[in-house]
Formats: sequence, C-alpha cells, structure tokens
Amino acid sequence: MADISKSIEKVDLYEKTSGEAKYVSDFSYDDMLYARTLRSTVAKAKIKGIRFPNLPEDVHIVDYKDIPGKNVVKIIFDDQEIFPTEVVTYIGQPILLVVGKNKELLEEIIHNTIVDYELMTPIFDWVSSAVHYHFQKGKPEEAFQKATKIIEYVYDTSYQEQAYIEPQGFIGTYEEGKVTLIGSIQCPYYVKNALLQALDSKGDEVRVIQATVGGAFGGKEEFPSLMACQLAVALKKIKKPIKMIYEREEDMISTTKRHPSKSKMSAAIGENGEILAIKSNIGIDGGANIGLSGVVLSRAMIATTGAYTIENIDSSGDVFLTNTVPNGAFRGFGAPQMLFAIDLFIEHIAKDLGIDPLEYRLKYLAKQGDPTSTNGLFRDPIIMPEMIKKALEISKFKEKAKIFSRPNVSKGIGMSWFLHGCGFTGSGESTHINALVKLHKTKEENVEILIAAVDMGQGVRTTMRKLVASLLEIPIEKVIYDLPDTDKVPDSGPTVASRTMMIVGGLVARCAKKMKDSWIPGEMLLEERYLQPSYIKWDEATMTGDAYPAYSWGVNVVEVSVDKTTYEVSVNEIWSVYDLGKAIDERIVIGQADGGIVQGVAYGYLEVMNHSNGKLLQKNFTDYIIPTSMDAPKMTTVIMDNPYPLGPYGAKGVGELTLVGGAPAVAKAIEMAIGKKVFSIPVTPEKIMELMKHE
Amino acid sequence: MSKITFILNGKTVSVEGNPGVRLLDVLRNEFKLTGIKEGCGEGECGACAVLLDHKIVNSCSVVLANVDGHEITTIEGLKETSRYQVIRDSFGHAGAVQCGFCTPGMVIATESLLYDNPTPTEEDIKIGMSGNLCRCTGYQSIIEAVKKASEDGDGLW
Repeated sequence: MADISKSIEKVDLYEKTSGEAKYVSDFSYDDMLYARTLRSTVAKAKIKGIRFPNLPEDVHIVDYKDIPGKNVVKIIFDDQEIFPTEVVTYIGQPILLVVGKNKELLEEIIHNTIVDYELMTPIFDWVSSAVHYHFQKGKPEEAFQKATKIIEYVYDTSYQEQAYIEPQGFIGTYEEGKVTLIGSIQCPYYVKNALLQALDSKGDEVRVIQATVGGAFGGKEEFPSLMACQLAVALKKIKKPIKMIYEREEDMISTTKRHPSKSKMSAAIGENGEILAIKSNIGIDGGANIGLSGVVLSRAMIATTGAYTIENIDSSGDVFLTNTVPNGAFRGFGAPQMLFAIDLFIEHIAKDLGIDPLEYRLKYLAKQGDPTSTNGLFRDPIIMPEMIKKALEISKFKEKAKIFSRPNVSKGIGMSWFLHGCGFTGSGESTHINALVKLHKTKEENVEILIAAVDMGQGVRTTMRKLVASLLEIPIEKVIYDLPDTDKVPDSGPTVASRTMMIVGGLVARCAKKMKDSWIPGEMLLEERYLQPSYIKWDEATMTGDAYPAYSWGVNVVEVSVDKTTYEVSVNEIWSVYDLGKAIDERIVIGQADGGIVQGVAYGYLEVMNHSNGKLLQKNFTDYIIPTSMDAPKMTTVIMDNPYPLGPYGAKGVGELTLVGGAPAVAKAIEMAIGKKVFSIPVTPEKIMELMKHE
Repeated sequence: MSKITFILNGKTVSVEGNPGVRLLDVLRNEFKLTGIKEGCGEGECGACAVLLDHKIVNSCSVVLANVDGHEITTIEGLKETSRYQVIRDSFGHAGAVQCGFCTPGMVIATESLLYDNPTPTEEDIKIGMSGNLCRCTGYQSIIEAVKKASEDGDGLW
C-alpha cells in the first residue's frame, strides 16, 4: 500500500473553487424572513423599558418572553441568558430579535428603537474571580525556601479575533413541530443540545445540519449555540423560514475571542543556576460570562512548563468576569497565552544568569518517561532533540543568531519549543463526550462515515474518506461522508481540541478494521464508542494525572527585521518542525502548518484588539489587521513521523499545534533585533518604542 | 427606479430597480450567483470579487448604476473557461483551498492578475492578491498556485 501521507486531491476542491459549495448564506427559502439583532450599547444596565417605532404587522419582536424552555444557553455553567430578562452585561449583547421580510426596514426599526437603561457600575478590572484553580507538583514551597535567587517576570497577552472570513450565520425552518437549523458551526450536537433545553423539546423535534463552513478557528465552537437558540425561539414563534447572518461588524463586536491574559511567573534558582521550581499564576479575562473560560484556563495552566520538565511546580489561575464581550474558544485554547509566557520566561532566566539560552533550555527539555506538569507520564517517545537539530540546521539559527546579536543589525531570529495535548483535557473525552461513530455499508457497497465532525477547512472530509478507503482497500469514491446532520449521524463529539483525526478518526479506523474483518456482501452497520485507555488516570479536583492521552510537539523558528526608524516588524522567513504522529495527508497538514503559524505569529506582533470601557476599538477588517499576501513570509515545514499507537496510522493532533508556538518565536526574534526583553504581545511598533525609550 | 443593462457572464441582462443598490446583492439575490461571497461588506476582504471589464472589483463596493453598459464576469462565468481549469488545478496542486470561502475571490483575483500580466514575479503576485484576505492558508500556497497557473497556462493569458 502507498504511504498514507501521500497527498490526494481534496474531495471538495471543485465545489470550492467554482463557487458551488453552499455556505449558510447561500441557502434561501420562499417566504423567508430575516432576523436582525437589537444590541446593548452600554456595558452594564438594567433595562427599564424598550420603545419601538410603529411596527408593521408583519414585523415580529422576539425576546426572552418567547422562550419555551430555560432561558440559558447550555454550555457548561448556567450563566448566559439567551435573551436578557432584565440586565445587560456587555456592549453588543443581543437584547432581542426583530424579524421581518425586508432587511432594510428591520435596520431602520432597530435604529429607531430606544432602550431605556438604568445604568449600573460595570467592572473592567480583573477583580471578580469566577473560577479559581490550583495544582502543585513536587514540593514547590521547599524549593523556593532553598533558592539562592528568585527570578520573577510578568507576561501579558491581548485579545485575538478568529477573523474567519465567513461571518456567523444560521438559517432555519419550522415544519410540523420540528425546528431545523442549517449553520456555520463546529459542533452540531452542542447546538442541538442547547436547542433542546431552550425549546423544551424532545430529541426528534430539533435537527441541526452543517453547511459548508467558511473558517472557524474555535470561533464557531460555543458561540453559535447562543445565536441558534435565539433563532430557534423565533422560528417556534413565527413558524416561517428565517435567515440570520451576521454583518462583519456585529460579528466582531459580539462574538467570542481569545482571552487576554496576564501570567506572573517566578522561578526558584539554585546555587548552580538550576531551576528548582516554577510558580505561575495566570489570570484570563472571561468577559461577561464564564462560557468555556474555565476549560481554557485549565489548558493554560497545564501548559505551565511548556515543553520543559521542571521538578517542582505551583500553578494557579483565575477566570475574571468583566463587563466586556465574552471570550471563548480559539485555536490553542489557553495554551498560546501560557506557552508565550513560559518559553520567554526560560529564555529570560538564562539571559539573567548569563547562560546561553539554547543550552539552558536543552537541559530542561522534556523526555520520554518524565512526569508531566500534572504528574502524569510522557509515555511515548519524544523526538524533540532530533526536531530541534533539524530546525537549527534548516534555519541556520546559530550562525544567524551570532550575526543578528550584534548591535544595529536590527534583525532577529527566535525559536520556540512547544507541545500540545491532543483531545479534551482530563477525563473530558470519557465523562463529557463519550464519542460514538458509525460506519454504514449500503446495499450498493458504498461505505458511509457517520460522524458529527465538521470540515471547516482543515480537510477532514478528505482525510476521513482517505482513511476509510485505505483501511478497507476500496476506492475513495466508494466512501461517502456528507456534511453532518444530527438526524443521521451519532454524536462523535465536537470538532475541537485537535481531536478529530486522533480520537474520532481512531474510532472510525477501529470500526473500519472490524468491518473489513467481518465483511459480507450487502448492508452492514458497525459502531464504535470511545473508551479511555485504562492507564490514563486524571483527578479533576486536584488536577493531577494524565491531562491528555497524547501530545504533539513542535519547533518554530522565525526571522524578523525591525525598521530602525518606524519600529515596524517584518517577518522574513519561518521554519517549522512537527511531530504530529503521522500525517494522514501531507499537503493538508502543510496547509494547517502554514495557516497556523501565520495566525500564531500575527498574534505575537500584528493583530491588535483592545477595548475602552467595554467598547471594542476594532470592529472590522479596516482596523483589525490580519496578515495579507504582502505579509506572507516564506515558510518551510518538516514533518517527522513518530506514530502514536492509538491514533489511526499513528496520527495525533495537528490543528492547534501549528499556532501555539508562533507568538513566542516571533517575540524572541524581536527581542534579538531590538536588544530588549519583551513581556507583552502583540509586539507592536508602539510597544517597541516604549522599550527603546528605557535605554 | 431605472433600467440598468450590462453583460453578465457573456449575456446581456437588464435590471429594473434602485440604481444605488450594491452589485453584490443584485448578483446574489436577483441572479442567484452565490459563488460570490460576502465577507465584510466594506471592500476589505475580496470574497465578493468579480471582474468589471476584466478588472477585479469588490462587488460590495460597486453600485448597480456603475455597471450600466459594462461587462461583469463572476466565478460562475469564469468557471466555464479553460483558464479557470488551469487555476483550479494549480490551486489544488498547491493546497491553496481550505475553508473555501475566499477561494472564488482568489480565483477571480488570479484571473485578473494573469490577464494583465501573464508572467508575474513573486512580488507582483503578492501585490496582485493583496486585496483578498485568507485566514486559513497563510498565503504561501496561494502564491505558489498563482505561479503555477502562470506557468501551466502559458499562452492562455
């Protein structure tokens, strides 16, 4: 058999290049209405009343009073209302929907509607902790007492907007008691479960179908549940097809983003300059409700020592609630914030001690058999030494670093080392998700993959079909994988956490092998449910044990130039080496690698988003700047095979790994170019100017 | 109300209506040409790109009145050409298609660029594609795709 990594043509190439692929905004129905959203213009207030202009008869208002079930968006905590009953808690929060035939008229009605607010005092400082976690490894207190020196720095990170090019949207129908939504989503069953609770409906009264998704990056993980609940309430009330597509601006001001963070890092240093212990405390801004922030926080904290093994750790963290737009899932999910902090911190410790950072970092690099940050075990081989060697070689890191470190060269090269836990954190896969997949062989001898995994550009429609075709030794044309529809596919879990190929694909592969072994002509239906390997132990309360079943690893090297007058940063070139187990399709993995690193590097130096008293200052592509082709650096990616026994063909997670190392690598490169330590991303020209002032 | 006549994908068409409406809405809603995408509505992302007399424009930023007597080609028209096939294959080969939402606009941008300059340098390509945002690929594969289309389509442009 040919190597599985050998690339094949993407199955959706033709429909996507020709414009035939149907995204949610491309659907329409006769007699269809539109929904537009009235939003809060204040950060915190009681709604005393709402004054509408004269409403035509065929224009409907949909608000909290119309919700048949619980007025809560089902995520984890019951702290987000579908429509506010009384109090709004952030600018941009949806208050109600205005539904009617004519979009322009709806806009006009919203424009002329006056909400009477009784203003309340909003909180923007990080003082109100809604989630607090803490864990220890070894004996950090003793280590700090023994220390001959303590080094402490604070690292902060800013918002990042997913900036998928397709805005959020749904279209829905109501027929014979059944609500059907087609949406741009990552998690059909998150949406379905949220709708069941909101509508107080039974399982078969709600159907969720995925449209072709125009990018997501985490932004279409939990947020769409809010929008879907609102639209479903409207559908149940009005009983006509309704389309609800966000404009770019409302998408940007009101949907979840990457959490701003602040990490206080301190290290206990022994007499020979060795690290005895690391203490980290991270705060993340959850925004107006918790949502997934607690889970984001735990992934950040588990990444406390990044790709390094440190004997003693004390890690704590908080989700702070503020009256700002709620933050949520974004590729990396808490890890980018902490990996920036730890990878810079170790470098800074070495610099302070006068030791070559590369040498110092190698001393602490995690090895197979080491305990993880949470006292789990790195069971599988770790090939980072070979990967680092390769990265040094292809980037000519050492030679360049020597030249760039001289004064006035204004160039820099930085290297990050990182890992990413694949799949849900802790016992999430077994306790919360419990994925189920099915393979159905039809009478025509076609094999249908029945899973809820969504192709949002990462190519899973191609790779899953390729996987099954390869295992069953049948042509890929005989394998069917339609866009998920909750009436047809079981809940194989959300399309998140770099779990799709390793976890869902792992189950699909097991199912395919069973099918092959028991192959009979005609119809067959086989299923496979996730079983946590028995050696994986995780204690949620103390955050100890194996946080993930497996880890992907990476090395990023970034070279920059910094303009001596304007302090503008240009990224010249990027080199990456990854261990993601085994690539199921090399070209698709390189696509993830290219897109991930560009997004991660841009997080580190380019993408600026901030708020002033709860109002976001960037709300479209004119002022929220993402890379264009003019910023595109040359990229070289090397994939090193290190098959994971439980992954299909050895595959581990890919999607997030490729982003998380970008910011620390570019930040270090800028450090070298300007000869100053960097503590805050994005490293904008303004920040560089500040740093340069303190000569 | 006025009557606007233009050539759409090779056929003469007329639209009666408000001349101030966005070309994007006319093409998507009246002509059901949904290969044209709306990504930002303000001329920044290029997802709604079409060719106006062979030049790329963002159809969200063009009003209907401005196309009177002109020629508009959308992805639906372009996909019938042999140039499109070269572009499609080169995009596939380079791995330049991920979520696909920017792709029709990228294909239009490629056609516009190669029509003006059949042998662009890498810098020309970067400039030529800079009006189209992509969040998935990091652009390297798109730049390679345009380069390959220019090579493989030798003589077509």
